[in-house]
Formats: sequence, C-alpha cells, structure tokens
Amino acid sequence: MTHTIEKIKTQRIKVSEKLVYVLETKKLNIYYDDFRAISEVNMKIERNKVTAIIGPSGCGKSTLLRSFNRMNELVQGSRISGEVLFHGQNLYAPDVDPVEVRHRIGMVFQKPNPFPKSIYENIAWGARVHGFKGNMDELVEYSLRQAALWEEVKDILDHSGLALSGGQQQRLCIARALAVQPEVILMDEPASALDPISTLHIEDLIRELSNHYTILIVTHNMQQAARVSDFTAFFNMNGDRSGYLVEYDNTNQLFTMPKNKLTEDYITGRFG
Amino acid sequence: MNGPSIQKPEIEFTDNIRDRNRYGRLWVYIFRFSTIIGIIALATLLFNIINQSSGYVVYEAKGDPAALTLDGVPIEEQTKDQLMRVLSSHLSKGAYSKLDRTKPFAERSRNDVYDLVVERIVKYEVVDSWLLWDSLTRKDEITAAVEEEYPEALLRFDVWINSDFLRRPQSSNPVIAGVRTAVLGSLWTIGITILFAFPLGVMAAIYLTEYAGDSWANRIIQTNINNLAGVPSIIYGILGLAIFVRALEPLTSGTLFGVTDPTSANGRTILSAGLTLGLLVLPLIIINAQEAIRAVPNSLRHAGYGLGATKWQTVWSHVLPNAIPGILTGTILAISRAIGETAPLVVIGASTVIYFDPEGPFSKFTTLPIQIYQWTSRPQDEFRFLAAAAILVLLALLLTLNAVAVLLRNRYSRRY
Repeated sequence: MTHTIEKIKTQRIKVSEKLVYVLETKKLNIYYDDFRAISEVNMKIERNKVTAIIGPSGCGKSTLLRSFNRMNELVQGSRISGEVLFHGQNLYAPDVDPVEVRHRIGMVFQKPNPFPKSIYENIAWGARVHGFKGNMDELVEYSLRQAALWEEVKDILDHSGLALSGGQQQRLCIARALAVQPEVILMDEPASALDPISTLHIEDLIRELSNHYTILIVTHNMQQAARVSDFTAFFNMNGDRSGYLVEYDNTNQLFTMPKNKLTEDYITGRFG
Repeated sequence: MNGPSIQKPEIEFTDNIRDRNRYGRLWVYIFRFSTIIGIIALATLLFNIINQSSGYVVYEAKGDPAALTLDGVPIEEQTKDQLMRVLSSHLSKGAYSKLDRTKPFAERSRNDVYDLVVERIVKYEVVDSWLLWDSLTRKDEITAAVEEEYPEALLRFDVWINSDFLRRPQSSNPVIAGVRTAVLGSLWTIGITILFAFPLGVMAAIYLTEYAGDSWANRIIQTNINNLAGVPSIIYGILGLAIFVRALEPLTSGTLFGVTDPTSANGRTILSAGLTLGLLVLPLIIINAQEAIRAVPNSLRHAGYGLGATKWQTVWSHVLPNAIPGILTGTILAISRAIGETAPLVVIGASTVIYFDPEGPFSKFTTLPIQIYQWTSRPQDEFRFLAAAAILVLLALLLTLNAVAVLLRNRYSRRY
C-alpha cells in the first residue's frame, strides 16, 4: 500500500530525513490587528513525537497552533512576524503556497466537522483534491484503519458522516486528515467536545499515530497532556494579555519537576 | 472572599403574579387581533376575486345559431369541415380568404374554427351578468328577470376561468377572450429574466461573500446592492427603457442578428422586458444567495482548507452544494416578484392589446399583470370578470412557484 501513498507526496518543500526537529519557531509574534496574541515564541518540535501545548484560556494556544499550517491567515487582520520553519524552510516565505503547507501539515479541529457527505466521500475528497490517482478504496480503508474506525464503519461507508457519534466523527476527521498523507497533524482540543470514553479512544489513537506522525495538540486538560504527550509547552499571558512560552520540556519533567513557579502553580491547579 | 463580609440589603418582592399574567394576556389579545385583521383582509381579497370569476351570464346572439344547423347537426357538434362550410357560406369571400391569409385553415384546430363561427356569425354578446354571490343566493329572481326581459336570450352559469380561457388569445370580445398570449408572454419574459439574473446573481454573490475582502470599496458596493433591492420598480423601467429599448435597440429588437424586419422592429420586445426584470431582481438574488452562502458554517470551509484544498475547491465542493437550497429558494421568491411586476413593463412599452402569441425573444408581448390592468380599465363588466379570472391564473402561477421553493428547501435542507 505504501506505493499508492508515495504518489501523493508533493516534494516542493524539501524533506530532510536526518532532521530531528520538524518544526521550529523563531521569534514568532502573532497579531490580530494591533493586538499581539503571541509574543516571541522560540520552540522546536521533535519528529514523531506528541507535543502538547497547555495554558490558561485566552493565552493564544490555538492561535499558535494554527500558525503552524497558516490557518490563522483565514482570520481577518491577523499577521505574524518572525519565522516558522518546517524542515528548515520558512513557511511564511513569499514563495510558499499555504495550500501546500496545509497539505503537509494537517489539522483536526475542536468540534468534529465532517463534511455532510458519505463517510467514504469524507476521506476520498481530500485525496482527490490533491490529484490522487491510485486505488481510492484502498486509501479509504487504510486511512480508516489508521484512525481505528474501520471496524465500526466498514459496512456503512455510504452513510452520512454526520450520522456517526461525536467520537466517531472526530476519528473520521482524523482519518480524513491522514488520507492526504501529512507529516504533521495539528489537533486543537480534539477531545474537548467528547465524552470520557470517546476521549480515551482519541488519546489511544494519538499515541498510536505518533509512531508515524509528528503531532501537536492543544489541550485544556492537564491529565490529557500528561497521558498523551512526550513534550509539553506551558504558555501564559503577560500584562498585555499576550501569550508567551513559560516553560517547554519533556512532559515527565514538566509535570513532576517544573522549573518555573508559574508552571508549578498552574499544573497543581492554583490558577488557570 | 474579598474584604470584610458584605451587608445584605433589604430585599422585598411584590408578588404580583396575577397582574403579570393579565398583562401577558392583554398582549396575546392584541397579537390575535392583528392576525385576525390580516386574515380578514386576505379573505376579502379572495372572496372579491372569486366572486367576480364566475356567475350567471345572459347572452344574446346576433345571428341565430339554430339557422346554422348543417345536415341536422347543430354547430356545437359539427366537425371542422362542416364548420368551415358554415363559415364560407355566411362570410363574404374577401373576409374568408383574409382569415385564411392570417392563419391558413389547415393549421387551425376544430375549436379555433368553432370560435371563429361564434365570433363572426353567431356573435354572442353579453347583455347582462351577475356575480357569483348573487348567482347563488338569488338564482330564482335572476331566472325570472331574464325570462321577462330577454325572452330570446341564453342564460348560462359561466365560470370565467376555464380551459377555453387559458387556451384562447386576447380578443376584443369578452366572450371569447383568453389569457394565452399573456401567459406565454409572462413565461417568455421570466425565462429570459432567469437566464440573465440567476447565473449573474449567484456568481456576484460568491465573489462578494467568499473572495472580496472587507475593503472600503467592497463595503460601498455591498451597501449599494442592498439599497438597489429597495429601489421602486418603475425606476428600473426607466433604466430599461434607456438602456435596452433605446441604446441597445439593434440588439434587443433582433435586427443585429437579422431575425426581424428592420423597418418595423423596435426595442420593445420580450428580450428588453426580460433583461429589465433581470436587473430588477438581480440585487434580490445576490442578497439571498449571499445569505445562503454565509449560512454555510465556517467549520466546513476550515475543514476544506485544513486538508490543503484551494479556496475554489472548497467553495465548489462544500460551500455551494450546501448553499444551493437557500440560493434556489431566494431565486424563486425573487422570480415570483418579477412575474407580478407591471410598472417597469408599462414604462418599457409592453403592448396592452396583442392578439398573437409571442414567438421568441424579439416578439412584441404582453404579460399577465399588464393584461389584468388593461382588462380592469375597460368599461364593460365582463372584462372585469376576465380580469378576476386572470388574477386567479397569476395567483396559481405564484403559488406554484412558492410551493416549489418550499419543496426545494425541505428536500435539500441539511444539518451540519
């Protein structure tokens, strides 16, 4: 099956297999008009690991996440300064097409948002958009298996994606993102709209996927961050309500021996 | 807790549940009253129209229909050939061959020839008529009065709206006048309106909602479109007169394509009317389509972009399919408005009396509302009955369109 998938990869952004860090931000500032939502973030995201971004509401976690695949551009008045590097290349360089960026760096949203089409079409559409020429049935099955949804939906592929439960819808959205063969998957509180059982399914899935994908996840739930992630970045707001990176470390380290007082206060529930 | 414990103020309620309920009921009465007024107005309108659209009519024939019996067959049952013989024996040679020249007898149906016999030889004329209400409540009185006053005449209960009425062209004799020319004119005009305004309106709406940024110029355009939707229709008539009838005359009269005779052709054609009405409904279609497109949740767009789809791929595959029921509903409602428009067509010079069917975009034409207007302004009562019948036809057309809109909305409505 790998050969079908190789076909989809567009190689305009060069991939270096040796790099340990897939993504890197350099002095990244994100603004909405005059308001600075994120200030001076420098962080490196390691390949095939799960990196969690935590912090109090309104500290710009989602804004930062969306800047990794240029989705924040869809918000009127947003702009950035600094650099976001993907395999060492600035994603915001003038010759980089956001469409290609989003192909390589997929996204799963907070609220499950399957297309009002059949389950099959939900998966197939993205691949078709990128000119997929291989065996579509194979790709659909492979993507659904990766998202641990195949067994539940293999007999109802022609049903509407909206007929599924919330948790299944979210896994469908993950499968849909996987089908276009991204390298990185951004997840914006993917389980916050789900019940505890569905949340567990998603968390297991994230662990599983991290063998093959680099995953960035924004979460409100510190237990979730502790359970699924390899690295955790803690963000907080400064006096201007602008988010900044307080501490970024190995998840174990950050949750057991935080170096910063603020981090300690936050993870022990003293604020936030 | 912040600071020292706070002092609880004195809190007292006047428990006036009864007053509040009474106050609420009063408003319900007012709402009910308003609804009833509306229903009464509607009922009066319908009663008025239906009252005029059927009733007793007294006919007197100038020629004696019994004298036209051929081989013992009364004219009502004669074949086309027999009717043609009757016609040729009672009309002058010149009049007969003139009829053949305007439309060869070979092309006329049996009913057409029958209508000719009635029109030219029997010459039924309405001498008196009653409204539906009177016909039902004072039946005996009417029959008695007719027998006394017009012993020779034919008393018949006529429903003015019937298949003959739909089939026959306009005529100066109310007995055989119909709405065919007007209905065809309306359909042709609306067809051109749809062809012109629908694609243009939807494309403009897509551009304005999905592509145009929030710039100063775009906001002015948007405001103007919103205002244009409220401009009185007669102003569109003046615009249509200046642009389509006058400035673009070679195009709208068809002389540019060599379809019509340049000496007699002018711009007062179906094409001009359709385009004028198209301009009239364009802002409505744009606004409705914009609403429908905006109603598609952003989460769908983001899902598309998040997969690396281009803007157009996302719009084409997800935004438009989900907006299309709303777009169609809005368009049909706009078209309903265009069907009922009279003023702009009067300004651009629709013919009020026309006896021949429109044959294409470059024909002279009349439409249903104009036909109604023309009939109501005639002095004879019978034309007012015809107008009432034509109003029912127009209402039926509008209700059908609205029903289609509702069906579309129900059939394609989605949840996200």
